[in-house]
Amino acid sequence: MALNRPIAPLVHGDHSVRGVMVRVLYALVPALLVYIGFFGFGILIHMVLAVVVAVAAEALMLWLRGRPVRPFVSDGSAPVTAVLLCFALPPLAPWWITVIGVLFAIVVAKHLYGGLGNNPFNPAMAGYVLLLVSFPLPMTTWPVAFTVSGEYPGPLMSAAIIFLGPDGVASWDAITGATPLDLMKTQLGLNQVVPEIAAHPVFGDFGGKGWEWLANAFFLGGLWLLYKKVITWHIPVAMLGSLFLMSLVFAAIDPGSHPSPLFHLFSGGAMIGAFFIATDPVSAATSPRGRLIYGAGIGILTFVIRTWGGYPDGVAFAVLLMNMMVPTIDYYTKPRVFGHGPGHDHGRG
Amino acid sequence: MSEILLILVSTILVNNFVLVKFLGLCPFMGVSRKLETATGMGLATTFVLTLSSVCSYLVNTYVLSPLGIEYLRTIAFILVIAVVVQFTEMVVHRTSPLLYRVLGIFLPLITTNCAVLGVALLNVQQDHGFVESAIYGFGAAMGFSMVLILFAAMRERIAAADVPVPFQGASISMITAGMMSLAFMGFAGLVKG
Repeated sequence: MALNRPIAPLVHGDHSVRGVMVRVLYALVPALLVYIGFFGFGILIHMVLAVVVAVAAEALMLWLRGRPVRPFVSDGSAPVTAVLLCFALPPLAPWWITVIGVLFAIVVAKHLYGGLGNNPFNPAMAGYVLLLVSFPLPMTTWPVAFTVSGEYPGPLMSAAIIFLGPDGVASWDAITGATPLDLMKTQLGLNQVVPEIAAHPVFGDFGGKGWEWLANAFFLGGLWLLYKKVITWHIPVAMLGSLFLMSLVFAAIDPGSHPSPLFHLFSGGAMIGAFFIATDPVSAATSPRGRLIYGAGIGILTFVIRTWGGYPDGVAFAVLLMNMMVPTIDYYTKPRVFGHGPGHDHGRG
Repeated sequence: MSEILLILVSTILVNNFVLVKFLGLCPFMGVSRKLETATGMGLATTFVLTLSSVCSYLVNTYVLSPLGIEYLRTIAFILVIAVVVQFTEMVVHRTSPLLYRVLGIFLPLITTNCAVLGVALLNVQQDHGFVESAIYGFGAAMGFSMVLILFAAMRERIAAADVPVPFQGASISMITAGMMSLAFMGFAGLVKG
């Protein structure tokens, strides 16, 4: 007897791990180009280094655990972690920053918990926070956009700064400067008001010069991921929405000491966090309702840390803090099992 | 009012007793295997901490200071805490025998929870008044309970994860606690001082 085989066209969802990871990398390409355009080649050098270290660490951990190396290394999750971490690092930081961050992310935050699918914390953000807490100076030395500084760090200059240190580079002082979030925080601390601060040449229309274009590129990539159904709308909308609402309320109450909502959305890690980091399917909440709570929590914590905390940007901390909450959120937002719960008699299915 | 809010934010988030001050780690590691016991322990500790910080304030202000025997503070506070814990144990025993059995040895061990003594001593050190002491104790306990419950939920998930054999059990829990502590550093600077 011939079995009835299903006949084409079969819809084949290309949602393998590899497929998802490759799409995430594609979606980051516009942001990478914008980044290189405004801040020089440093990020590209870091990225190559980070991907090499990440893949090597991944392979080493798999080999140590006696797992099949090739299928897991080729799933692309390690390069994605490495690339996301590089977007968070200052592009002209010394090379060992990247190496330590990537090793911590891959070895401790990912593989000690059992590798892909088991890590409770987002590896890239764990690596970033470790670096930020341990090496505050190199982690807060940022370049300003070349349109402001007039110095464009080309490939050779970037490589020299990253591997040999900035001592031999005459224009180092011109290249580096406060990020918009930094500047906003320190100047507000000096009792200046927002319109005065926004007149500084570092600022553009919404956020900082260069940074706002980067945010646009992340937004574009994020929309493409949404369109390709790699991520769902819940987390980005909840995170950006809550950040927007919080900053809108406070900017309305006291516009002198709270920057506009658009400044918050287009500065620092808000956009990359909303579309690329918070949406990490492993460390985020599972159910749609849980994801809304998770995203909103990240937005609110980001605003709280940016506004009242000691660090200029709070996205990474907010993501880790909400990662901590995820098991609890999942516990309380378990969807009702079909046929059970309210509306049904117990025991009757 | 804002003073009270400040103390609460400070004790729950910025100076969280477990993740920032590293006090009370024994119950944090010991009772966090299951969410239910963690919740029970959190409630019991909240009760003990609030009550004991008030009692130790009273003992310090009305007994130790007038008599000029502040050097007996540590011993006196331990005694006060032991009494409060004994009282709590009796209450839990009567009201919820199940919780009493689940908490087991950890209930009397609240006596040796360094967070409890720590709160009592810090109250004296920071010159807290009656209401401030109560709020400080309550906030510390809320921070402790919150972190304990979150940690318990995380551990339940990690128990199901494919953790490498040498890291299973206590060691991955310690690493997780370290990561949580790292995340809590984000709150640094939220409350000045």
